[in-house]
Amino acid sequence: MRIPLSWLREYAAVPADATAEDVMAELVKVGLEEEDVHRPTDELTGPIVVGQVLSIVKEPQSNGKTINWCEVRVVPEGAEQTLAGDGIDPSGVQGIVCGAHNFVEGDKVVVTLPGAVLPGDFRISPRKTYGHVSAGMIASVRELGIGEDHDGILVLSTLGLDPDVGTDALELLGLYDQAAEINVTPDRGYCFSIRGAAREYAHATGTAFTDPADAVVVPPAAPGGYPVRLEDTAPVYGTPGCDRFVARTVRGVDPTRPTPPWMSARLRLAGIRSISLVVDISNYVMLELGQPLHFYDLDTLSGDIVVRRAAAGETLRTLDDKVRTLDAEDLLITDASGPIGIAGVMGGASTEVSAGTDNVLIEAAHFDAVSIGRSRRRHRLPSEASKRFERGVDWTVADIAAQRAVDLLIELAGGTVDDAVTDVGQAPEPRVIELAADFPARLIGREFTDEQIRGTLTDLGATVEEMDGGYRVTAPSWRSDLETREDLTEEIIRLVGYDTIPSSLPVAPPGRGLTRVQQQRRRLLNALAAAGLTEVLSYPFVSEASNSVFGTPDEGAPPASVKLANPLSAELGFLRRSILPGLVELAKRNHSRGFRDLALFEAGSVFLPDGGTLGSESIPPLGIKPDDAVLDGLHSGIPDQPLVVAALFTGHETAPSAGVIPRAWDWADAVDVVQLMAQVTGVDVVVRQGNHQAFHPGRTAEFSLRSGEVLGYAGELHPKLIAAQDLPARTVALEITVDLLFEAAADVIVARSLSTYPPATQDVALVVDSAVVAGDVLETLREGAGELLEDVSLFDVYIGQGIPEGRKSLAFALRFRAPDRTLTADEASAARDAAVALAAERHAAVQR
Amino acid sequence: MAETPEHAAPTGRDAQVPDPLDAASVASAVEAALADIAAAADLDALKAVRIAHTGEKSPLSLANRGIGALPKEQKSAAGKNIGPARGRINQALAARTVELEAERDARILVEEAVDVTAAPRRRRTGARHPLSTLQERVIDVFVGMGWEIAEGPELESEWFNFDALNFKPDHPAREMQDTFFVDPPEAHLVLRTHTSPVQVRSMLERDLPFYVLCPGKVFRTDELDATHTPVFHQFEGLVIDKGLTMADLVGTLEHFTQQLFGDDARVRLRPNFFPFTEPSAELDIWHPGAKGGPRWIEWGGCGMVNPNVLRATGIDPDVYSGFAFGMGIERALMFRNEVVDMRDMIEGDVRFSEHFGMEI
Repeated sequence: MRIPLSWLREYAAVPADATAEDVMAELVKVGLEEEDVHRPTDELTGPIVVGQVLSIVKEPQSNGKTINWCEVRVVPEGAEQTLAGDGIDPSGVQGIVCGAHNFVEGDKVVVTLPGAVLPGDFRISPRKTYGHVSAGMIASVRELGIGEDHDGILVLSTLGLDPDVGTDALELLGLYDQAAEINVTPDRGYCFSIRGAAREYAHATGTAFTDPADAVVVPPAAPGGYPVRLEDTAPVYGTPGCDRFVARTVRGVDPTRPTPPWMSARLRLAGIRSISLVVDISNYVMLELGQPLHFYDLDTLSGDIVVRRAAAGETLRTLDDKVRTLDAEDLLITDASGPIGIAGVMGGASTEVSAGTDNVLIEAAHFDAVSIGRSRRRHRLPSEASKRFERGVDWTVADIAAQRAVDLLIELAGGTVDDAVTDVGQAPEPRVIELAADFPARLIGREFTDEQIRGTLTDLGATVEEMDGGYRVTAPSWRSDLETREDLTEEIIRLVGYDTIPSSLPVAPPGRGLTRVQQQRRRLLNALAAAGLTEVLSYPFVSEASNSVFGTPDEGAPPASVKLANPLSAELGFLRRSILPGLVELAKRNHSRGFRDLALFEAGSVFLPDGGTLGSESIPPLGIKPDDAVLDGLHSGIPDQPLVVAALFTGHETAPSAGVIPRAWDWADAVDVVQLMAQVTGVDVVVRQGNHQAFHPGRTAEFSLRSGEVLGYAGELHPKLIAAQDLPARTVALEITVDLLFEAAADVIVARSLSTYPPATQDVALVVDSAVVAGDVLETLREGAGELLEDVSLFDVYIGQGIPEGRKSLAFALRFRAPDRTLTADEASAARDAAVALAAERHAAVQR
Repeated sequence: MAETPEHAAPTGRDAQVPDPLDAASVASAVEAALADIAAAADLDALKAVRIAHTGEKSPLSLANRGIGALPKEQKSAAGKNIGPARGRINQALAARTVELEAERDARILVEEAVDVTAAPRRRRTGARHPLSTLQERVIDVFVGMGWEIAEGPELESEWFNFDALNFKPDHPAREMQDTFFVDPPEAHLVLRTHTSPVQVRSMLERDLPFYVLCPGKVFRTDELDATHTPVFHQFEGLVIDKGLTMADLVGTLEHFTQQLFGDDARVRLRPNFFPFTEPSAELDIWHPGAKGGPRWIEWGGCGMVNPNVLRATGIDPDVYSGFAFGMGIERALMFRNEVVDMRDMIEGDVRFSEHFGMEI
C-alpha cells in the first residue's frame, strides 16, 4: 500500500516537514513494514513553471518536419524575472523550439526552464537547434513523469486549469507530494486504505486520528432505489457471498471532464493510473475508505440486479475484454441480460461506463473473502478490489463510500443524485470476545493496567464493557482479524510496545541430546570430509530423463517420479530420485571455473513415490485434531524420502606437486569410500559385482546389507553417460542409502577378546576362472577356514605367464590364531587346507 | 671417504717394536699411537689406526708377545710396562670413536636436510558445507540447553504445512509462501515452505512438555539471485509447556543469539503476522560484529503458538501454551560470515566450502 503524505495528513497529525521515511519509521513500530519511497521530486526538479504561449511561428524543415518557434511568457506581464542563469531571459519571455502541434497562441503550458531536471536525468539547458537557441522545453505529461501521453504537450486548460503565468507547475500538479509504501500483512486488510493507515499512524505516534468516514453525511435511506436482490443459494462454508449491496444513482454526469490534478497526483502516487474522471473517482474513494466500488452505465442495465452464483456454461466478457467461462462457485452480479460482473473481482464490458455515459449506478457491496479469493485465483484476475475483499472490508463503510462517490461525482462530474437509496443485506453479528483481566499478563509475561487494556482496545475502535473478572470486547467492524483473546492481547502489546516485553529464560526438562541417527549422520559426513571429500549442496529439481537413468538400476520403464505442478523450469520439473544428476552439474560448473580434480559429496533426501497412493484426496479442517485413521492416511500418502549420500570424483586425487605424480581417481576409490562409510557406521556390508544403468557394466560394485537389502552402487560411470554429460573419462561415483546403514548399525558393539598367542600366517594362491570374483573366493575361504581364522585378505591378482588363458591367480594371506594356545604349523595348515578345499568345490579353484 | 692426512699416517706397523723392558721405547710407541688416534679424521681412518696400533702385528702387540720369551724375573716388569700402555691406547681409541661417531651423525643430519616449504600435498583437503556446519553449531547451542532436535520430510502433506498451522484454506497468507505444489494438486502434497510441519509432527508425537529445534531444508518458488534461493535452510524452535509467556520467548532468543554472536548481542521484536502464532513478531538481532559496525539485522519471525495450532494437534490451550521462532541459516551465513552473494552457497564451487574446512 502506497500512502501519499498529503492525503494522510488530512486524517492524521503528520508533521508538515515529515518525509515518507519518517512516516515509515513510525508505522513499522505497529507492524507495518517499510517497503519503498515514491517521491517525484527525486527525479524532477525545477524551475518548472506555467507559461503562456505568446506566438508560434511554423518553420518547415528540410527533413519534412515542421517545428514551432515559440515565444512563451514565464513571468506575469509587468513582473520581473527573478530567476537568473544561463538561458533564462531577463525579459520573462523564453524562446523555445517545440515539435508538438496540439496548442495555439494563448495556451497555458508547462515550461521546463534551463536548470530543470526531468526523470531519466534529463537536464534542461539552452541549446542550438533548427537555427534558434531553444531556452527550455514545453513539456508533455510523459516528460514530466505524470502520464503516458506523448502525442503532444500538456495544455493546462485540458485539465480544467487556468493558473497564473509563472506559477510553480510542480506545486500545481501535486508533484511535491510523496508516498510511503508499506507492506500490509494479510490480516490487516483495513490498512489498504488511507483511513486505516491514518488510524495506525495515530496508534504509532499517540496522536489524533480523524476518521474520513465521519466527514461524509449519508442521507437517510429512501425507498425506490435500483432494485437489487441477494440470492446466493450456495454459500461457501455457509457464509453468504454478499451480505450488503448499496446502490446509488447519479444522473447527468459528464465523464469527459478532466480529473483534477490533485486527484490524479494522489492516485499516481498510490500506484493507480488515472483513466477517466468517473473511474478515477471510484478508485479514489476505494483508496480513501477501503471500500471497492463499481460504477455501471445505468442505461445499459436491464431489470433487477441479482447477486447469485453462476450457472453452468455462463460466460462473461470482462472489462479487460476477455470472455471468461464462469464456474458454478463464482459469485456474479447479474441483470436481466445475464452476468454483468464477477462480484468483487472484475466488472463486465457491456455495462462499463464510457465517455458517452450520462447516468451512473454506484455499487458499494460487501462480499465474502473466501468466495472472492477463489474467483480471483480461478480466473487469475488479481485486482485492487479483490485484494481488499480477500483481506476483509468494513461492512459498515459501504453506504459511506457510496455517498463519498456521489459527492465527488456531483462536485467534479456535474451530476445530480437520486434521493432513493438501495441498501440491502444483513449486518454480520458483531464479534464479542471475552478477555480475562489477567490473560494479557499471563500470555506476555508482564503486568498491564486496566487503562492500558481498556485504553488500547478503545483506541483501536473496539467497544469495551466490564464483566466479571475481565472485559467483554466488541471488535471494530473493520477488524475481521480480531477473533480471540490472543488477538486482543497482541493488539494491546502492539500498541503498548513490543519493546516492553521482559526477558526470562525457561529451563527445558533434561534432554537426551542428539539422537543416535543424528550422531551417526554427523560422524559419517565429518569422516567423508576428513577423507578428502568436499560437501556441496545441489537443488533437488531434475528432469524426468535424469531420474530414468540415475534413479533406478534397471533400464526399461521409467521409475515413478514426483512431478511439480509449478516448477521453476519446465525442464527440471521433477524431484530427484538420485543426487548424482545434481553432482554432475556442480562438477561441470567447477570444471568451467578451472577446477578439474574433484571429490564432491552431498547428503540429502531423494523422493521415491514407489507404490502406494500419492498424497491424500482431502485435507482435514483447521483447529481440530484429525483422528488416527485420517492421520495415517496423510502419512501414507507422503512418498519415501530416504537420506542418501552420493559422491562424484573427477580428475586426480591431488594436484601435481613437487615429487608427487598425481593419481587419477578410479573405480576403486568409489568402492573404498563406501567401505569407509561402512566402517565408520560399524556396519558389515557385502560387496558384489553390480549392475546399474548409470554405471560401467564391468566396473560397478553393488553394496548390500547382510540381510540382502541393497544399499547402493559405486564405480565408474557409464562411458556413454560420461560422453553425453561431457565429463572427464573415467569419472567415478557412488550413491548409498545411508538411512539403511544407520538402521543396520548395532546399538551396542560387543568387544572381541584379543588373543595374545602368536599368529600363524599362511599364504595361498588360487587359480580360478577369470569370471570368478575375488570377493566370493575370499568369503569362501573365510567360511572354510573355520574359527581359527582371524583375518583373510587378498594381496595379489596375477594374470600372465604360468597361468592358463582365461584364468587368474588370486593370492590370499590367511592369519590364524587360537584364543588359548600357540597354534602348531599342522593345525594352521589343516585349517588352510579346509579353506582351499571349499574354494575348490565352490569355485573350481586350484592351488598353485 | 676423506683421505687420510699425511701426518696422520698410521705408523705402528712399520715402526720398530719397542723393547718391553724399556719404558721409554714403550712410551714412545704409546705417544706415536695417541698422535695417530688424535689425527684420525674419520671413523675409517680411526679403524686403520686401531689396526696399526692394537692389531696383532702392531708394535705393542708384538712387544707383548715378546714378553713370553723374557726371563721369568723380567716378565712382571715388562708386563707393567706394556699392559697400561695398551690400556691407554684402547681408552684413547674409544674416546676418539665416540667423538668421530658424533661428528658423523651430525654430518648426516645436515646432509639429510630438506626444504620443508617444498613439501608435496599428499592428502586431499576435504570440507563440510558451511551451511551444514553452521546448522550443527546452532543445534549444539540448543542441545546444550536441553532441547531435542526434531526432523521431518521435505515433501509434505499440505495439512502439516498449512492447515494444522492455522492457514485458512482460502486465506491470502497461504499464497504468501510461494509454494511448490506436487502435480496433481489434488494430491495435496507440497515441498514444505518452512520447517513448521515438523513442529506439528512434534506436537502430535511427543510427550508434554517439550522443547525442540527443527532444522532443515525448505522450498519457495523464488528464482535464484544474490539474495534469494528456491531451496534454503531454516531452523525453528518450538516449546510447549505450562505457563509460558512471550517473555520466555524473548529470553530464549537472547540466550541463543548471545551464544552465536557474543554477549553484546540483543534481540528486538516488532509486530508482524503469522497464522500460526498470536501474538506474532518479527525478530531483529543486534549484531555487535556486523561488517561496518554493530547494527540491527532482520533475522526471522516468532510468536506465541496460536491456540488453533495446539487444538489441531490435540493439545489443550487452556492448560498449555507455547512459543515458536524461525530463522534462516543462509541469512545468518550472510551476515555472520560476510557471504555477499547467496549463489556462492549453492553453486557448489569447491573454493567456497574448502575455505571453511570443517569450521564455521
